[in-house]
Amino acid sequence: MSATKDVLVFIEQRHGIIQSVSLELLGIGATLATKLESNLIAVVIGNQVIDLAKEVGSYGAKRVYVVDDPMLETYVNETYTKALTAVIRETNPDVALVGATALGRDLAPRVSSRLHTGLTADCTSLDIDETTNQLLMTRPAFGGNLMATIICPDHRPQMSTVRPGVMIKPEQDKTRKFDIITIDANLKPSDVNVEVLETVYETKKRIRIEDANVLVSAGRGIGSKENMKQVETLAQLLKGEVSGTRAVVDNGWLDKDRQVGQTGKTVRPDLYFALGISGAIQHISGMEESNLVIAINRNPEAPIFEVADVGIVGDVNKVLPELFKQLNHH
Amino acid sequence: MKIVVCVKQVPDTSEVRIDQKTGTMIREGVKSIINPDDLSGLEAALSIKDQNHAEVIALSMGPMQADSAMRECLAMGVDRAILVSDRVFAGADTWATSLLLSKAIAQINPDLIICGRQAIDGDTAQVGPQIAEHLSLPSVAYVGDITLENENNLVVKRTFENGYQLIRVKTPCLLTVLSEMNSPRYMRVGGIFSAFNDGLVEVWDNSNLNLQPEELGLKGSPTKVKKSYTKGVKTAGKVFDVEPKEAAKVIIEKLKESYIL
Repeated sequence: MSATKDVLVFIEQRHGIIQSVSLELLGIGATLATKLESNLIAVVIGNQVIDLAKEVGSYGAKRVYVVDDPMLETYVNETYTKALTAVIRETNPDVALVGATALGRDLAPRVSSRLHTGLTADCTSLDIDETTNQLLMTRPAFGGNLMATIICPDHRPQMSTVRPGVMIKPEQDKTRKFDIITIDANLKPSDVNVEVLETVYETKKRIRIEDANVLVSAGRGIGSKENMKQVETLAQLLKGEVSGTRAVVDNGWLDKDRQVGQTGKTVRPDLYFALGISGAIQHISGMEESNLVIAINRNPEAPIFEVADVGIVGDVNKVLPELFKQLNHH
Repeated sequence: MKIVVCVKQVPDTSEVRIDQKTGTMIREGVKSIINPDDLSGLEAALSIKDQNHAEVIALSMGPMQADSAMRECLAMGVDRAILVSDRVFAGADTWATSLLLSKAIAQINPDLIICGRQAIDGDTAQVGPQIAEHLSLPSVAYVGDITLENENNLVVKRTFENGYQLIRVKTPCLLTVLSEMNSPRYMRVGGIFSAFNDGLVEVWDNSNLNLQPEELGLKGSPTKVKKSYTKGVKTAGKVFDVEPKEAAKVIIEKLKESYIL
């Protein structure tokens, strides 16, 4: 069977809840399908997931394929690989996208190997080459120091896992028309060599500040221990950790293991958010290699602005409430 | 029990810097290390060996320089170290790499294969599951703990973003493990001595594996690198002296542009 130009999105659901990355993929998937002058199609895999298929259709998939089987109740790569492979073989898409989650990054490699096609991991940008119509898959490597654009010229589908939070989720429109098609993946108990004994959900443990991708860091300018709550709120909103300067630690507003700087830890997160930090050299030396630095400080002459990508001159305790307001709208 | 641990020698990417004048990556002087997740895989295998009868084999694909990493594995206490190295392997993507490693593993015929979850240079996390697929073996990824239940079964802790599962898996199987699972042991003094003196590292080339030319290197790789680039020179920052409302807008825009939101 010859390949279509369709763009297929794997819809990841856990306990009947569609993961937001899958909706984001429907957004970029629609853009790619338009450029290829083809259709966006989606696959829902699970047990009793027909209702989810309807939701997926309202987010823009023209055809929603469903593999519905009691054996798919809980994710196991053996059954899910067989199910997703069956749908890809049936539909012959040009592109197949999977969220780069702890589940997707287990599933997609097995599927791509079984189909003998290429897979590009954890992409942050996807586009179509205007002359070749190939999928351009761009991803960071070398600890984020290098960006690479990968192609898969001779094998189909062109497969990619895509980093959550990067693509834009489309608007839901319940008037959209779409077809739901059920596919039997012919699952058998002998397909399965693993048994899930127990599933446990945990609230997130505190990450060491050296390992954090996002740090929200407080300096003396935050003003009081009470105001540290705002710092924590921002850290939660940005899925980061709280850190601070020596002054903040010495004042007893923060634990010593959260201190950045010469007498504390050296950090290089993707984002360092400096709140009320003037930027003494001892502090700067511990954070200057952060990828992106955003600083808020009242003093326009503060040295922190010399290392900041974005500097805001202002009272941190006035800017933060406004930031929370706009982030909640976001 | 026979355990293969897949190991990759990688540049210590935490030491890689961008030249702020040219925007290029500075690789000189960057140490080569055993990939951290793989070190934890070695430790996991060696601690199984500490308590049970087991043979641990370190397996790597790479250039001959990776010989030093294999000697480190020997000094940590592995029984054999095999380096699969051949010019014709160069340029392999994860599909071709995993095919090649699966052919090597098939010759060893282990009960358990342990891979690090991902390598710090490529960060793909694909080679482990792809090896399992080539070998038609069950696999569990993102493993944070391994318990031997009996001769034919393991119970492993499979972590997710917001929790974990306990999974029973039949051997032979493949696990990809996280560096958080343990603290790798140091090389033993006696081990270092013998590993660096005796020619213990076995080197296999394609005559041992018999892969076809179209399965190898660039030719055998479905994916190709079209271009690569650094993010370039960091431009001077901008300072905004504006009202809080406008300031918040500027911040949110920057966070979106940087994929943080």
